[in-house]
Amino acid sequence: MTHLALKNVSKHFGDFTAVSDFNLDVKKGEFVSFLGPSGCGKTTTLRMIAGFEIPSSGSISIDGADITNKAPSQRNVGMVFQSYALFPNMTVAQNIGFGLRIRKEKEADVAERVKEMLSIIHLENKADSYPYQLSGGQMQRVALARALAIRPEVLLLDEPLSALDAKIRISLRAEIRSIQQKLGITAIYVTHDQEEALSLSDRIVVMRDGEMDQVGTPFQIYNFPTTVFVANFVGTLNNASAEVVDPAKGVISIDGVHFESAVDLKDRKKGDKVRVAIRPERFNFVSQEKKANIVDCKIENITFLGSIVRIQIMIGNSKFYMDTFNNPFLELPKIGDKDQVTCSREAVLVLDE
Amino acid sequence: MNIFSRIRRIPFWSWIWFILGALYFILPLYATVNFSLRMERGVIGFKAYAKAFEDPEFIRTFLYSNALALTTIIVSIILIVPTAYWIRLRLPEARRIVEFITLLPFVVPAIILVFGLIRIYSSPINIPFTDTTLLQPLTTFEVGTDILIVAGYVVLGLPYMYRSVDTGMRTVDVRTLTEAAQSLGASWFTIIVRVILPNIRAALLSGALLTFAIVVGEVTLASFLGVPAFGPYLFLLGQHRAYEPAALSFASFLLTWVVMGLIQLFTGGQEQIAGAH
Ligand SMILES: Nc1ncnc2c1ncn2[C@@H]1O[C@H](COP(=O)(O)OP(=O)(O)OP(=O)(O)O)[C@@H](O)[C@H]1O
Ligand SMILES: [Mg+2]
Repeated sequence: MTHLALKNVSKHFGDFTAVSDFNLDVKKGEFVSFLGPSGCGKTTTLRMIAGFEIPSSGSISIDGADITNKAPSQRNVGMVFQSYALFPNMTVAQNIGFGLRIRKEKEADVAERVKEMLSIIHLENKADSYPYQLSGGQMQRVALARALAIRPEVLLLDEPLSALDAKIRISLRAEIRSIQQKLGITAIYVTHDQEEALSLSDRIVVMRDGEMDQVGTPFQIYNFPTTVFVANFVGTLNNASAEVVDPAKGVISIDGVHFESAVDLKDRKKGDKVRVAIRPERFNFVSQEKKANIVDCKIENITFLGSIVRIQIMIGNSKFYMDTFNNPFLELPKIGDKDQVTCSREAVLVLDE
Repeated sequence: MNIFSRIRRIPFWSWIWFILGALYFILPLYATVNFSLRMERGVIGFKAYAKAFEDPEFIRTFLYSNALALTTIIVSIILIVPTAYWIRLRLPEARRIVEFITLLPFVVPAIILVFGLIRIYSSPINIPFTDTTLLQPLTTFEVGTDILIVAGYVVLGLPYMYRSVDTGMRTVDVRTLTEAAQSLGASWFTIIVRVILPNIRAALLSGALLTFAIVVGEVTLASFLGVPAFGPYLFLLGQHRAYEPAALSFASFLLTWVVMGLIQLFTGGQEQIAGAH
């Protein structure tokens, strides 16, 4: 059942269109991420849901009730900011209880709810600390508790982890996800970090220049990108321009090197220009195993990335990356060697140029 | 130990300049204190202070000026806090204009301000385009002049008050705090009273102190509007007496420093909070 719905939502700032024709239905308890590069309109869309911006056109509703023009304070929507935005003059407990006291809840109920929230974020012993006495990760957990304390309809998070360092980012990310699932709360999460979006979300909305490029599960977005932009933005992706050789058999050619693809090419004609995308991890050396496509290549460069080794290869005149898992027995080729690589038909994605 | 080693690390010339600077401020002060203690020939004592404080006129003008200062501070806060807040929140374009306006008291001398006030408000205030009188000339009755002088002082204190408040708001990111409070259901009034004001307390206090210092010592506006304020009293006293003005100057200097110390004491923790970001 649809909980939060955005219908044909657009936002203009003067002549500039920040968001155009945004449509999204979010189910109760769903975790949806807005993913996209800087300036693509993620924050603006989130702020329209929160009520800090009014859409230029379109409507937003929660449980069927229109909230497009409602004041932010009347929406019962929780918000977590990148900069934490804790009230510096209040203790942790007062921060968490703020929204409840605004709602004039009984002092005993407030105290109980604050205690409950503190235990959820594992900061029971910091109840009387002031924000400046906490670490960044702790502050963001308090901000999360403060937003959740009011039992919001929707929880909105705008890059909540980007001010934190890598280790905390990963642990807090897992914590946010588990709290969200435990409370069954609907969440919208804004990020430009694809790994964050992939690991957290039930669904991802990939945005570009104020428009929705693709909406889907992390699995769909990663494995079956429908546009070159999504393919490039999510994960590392090789892409090169190619030409359709045989639409019936799904054969395309990159600078004369033929690939077979599992993608249906019936709608295309021989000679059509297309873009071919192949994920680095889908390539193997022929010496390891053999798949449908076997092509010649030249080793250009080798980069050691820890658990994986990234090898840059040249197929025809196009550069590709190829990832192999690192292990102590790995026999790496030498730069300048000629070799053969292989990939399956399914690995070869054909997108519009 | 620590302090000594730290002091030794300060270069020689810095010391020279520091001592010269200190002398420049301390010598006149010392001279004033020294002079004020010598009212009785051949004796060092507090007679001048006793005499000055005994004067009923002193008590009256001093209390009056304090009341003026307090009113000015309250009016300034009511006027400036919401203005600075709104500019930070919604009208960043207006900042330049407002900053220019707040700097006007540095450009336009107080004497011009007071003549302007007198010229405009010495005639009755009419309902626009009619001859119906709404209010008698403000300069003709006591409450009227009080209103005028407070208004004048609000203008004189504007540069200090506005700047303190604006700086205070910059250090706490009022915009995001406001949005956080809004999403939690807070009304505008609640936000200003429970989120904004407590977080700019230090800035308000320093603005208030500067305003206080200006109002209590102000002479031009007070004498031309003919109010019984402390500034003109001290001025007059200086023309007729020798020792008492010195005593009062030093006393008010001391008072200012005590208040400053208290502010430091009360807001120390607050600044730490703001400084943590
Ligand atoms: N109040 C505003 N006035 C004018 N333009 C604005 C305003 N707010 C946002 N924009 C513009 O709208 C576009 C989208 O902004 P938005 O903040 O939504 O981007 P974002 O996707 O959140 O980017 P980031 O990842 O950098 O936060 C930007 O080009 C921005 O300059
Ligand atoms: Mg943003």
